[in-house]
Amino acid sequence: MKAAVIVFPGSNCDRDVAVALEQSNGRKPVMLWHRDTALPPDLDIVVVPGGFSHGDYLRSGAMAAHAPIMRAVKARALAGLPVLGICNGFQILTEAGLLPGVLMRNEGLRFLCRDVFLRVDGADSLFTEHYVQGAVIRLPIAHHDGNYFIDDAGYKALCDNEQVAFRYCTSEGETTPNANPNGSHDNIAGVFSRDRRILGLMPHPERLADSRLGGTDGRPLFEALVEALS
Amino acid sequence: MKARIHITLKNGVLDPQGKAVAHALESLGYAGINDVRQGKYIEIDLAKNDADTTRETVERMCRDLLANTVIENFTVEVG
Repeated sequence: MKAAVIVFPGSNCDRDVAVALEQSNGRKPVMLWHRDTALPPDLDIVVVPGGFSHGDYLRSGAMAAHAPIMRAVKARALAGLPVLGICNGFQILTEAGLLPGVLMRNEGLRFLCRDVFLRVDGADSLFTEHYVQGAVIRLPIAHHDGNYFIDDAGYKALCDNEQVAFRYCTSEGETTPNANPNGSHDNIAGVFSRDRRILGLMPHPERLADSRLGGTDGRPLFEALVEALS
Repeated sequence: MKARIHITLKNGVLDPQGKAVAHALESLGYAGINDVRQGKYIEIDLAKNDADTTRETVERMCRDLLANTVIENFTVEVG
């Protein structure tokens, strides 16, 4: 699998995700700068990492969504190239129009940095097929703008097409208001594009992909990608 | 020519920051606050002198970058 990680000014999870990709894939990803204008032609996946691109100015991800490299990412994504956006990467993909909805300021206004439980609600994708449908996993969140908003028509389309990948839940898998850390609509933590080849999620699978980091619940995501795309 | 842009959240979109501001005002003793909605104000100084084309350009800027029309409305004044 040939992966590329996009680096913006203010990205801070680019190297973490590169390590997680290399651990599962046995091969370092290509690191691309936001001012690059082209993707390698033989690429299998693009990862848009977490961080605070352009200082979160204007809106989180708004400026990065218009970076020169994102024009190439958008063109290839619309032609079917898989794209994974984590945290700020998810915000960038929504701002770029590649994923539906918007990530707004957390309902409680606080920056949240802790582990959360997630229910896998979309296990049939190249990102998630190593998880069991309905399984509860634990991953860290670290964000200020993770409050997923989508209008009624958009939400209906998400549900009709089964585009919700992960929902915040209790350790028992219940999607209660108390298990929702940031006010996200219907506890949504991650969504697919209509063709399921783009995934955006606020939690960080790359931060729990090695037992030395305290957990491995993020690792099946990277292993599923390697199996699907190698 | 200057363009003055107001960006506000659409009706129905929750505004937790506006709510926090309302609570802060109430705690300062201001009574009778029904609601607070927080937005953005952006001023752009443009080289153009034609109001119509300036407005058109600035509205395009809003749709392309300055506002996220999924959740925000914008109004543009030029002059």
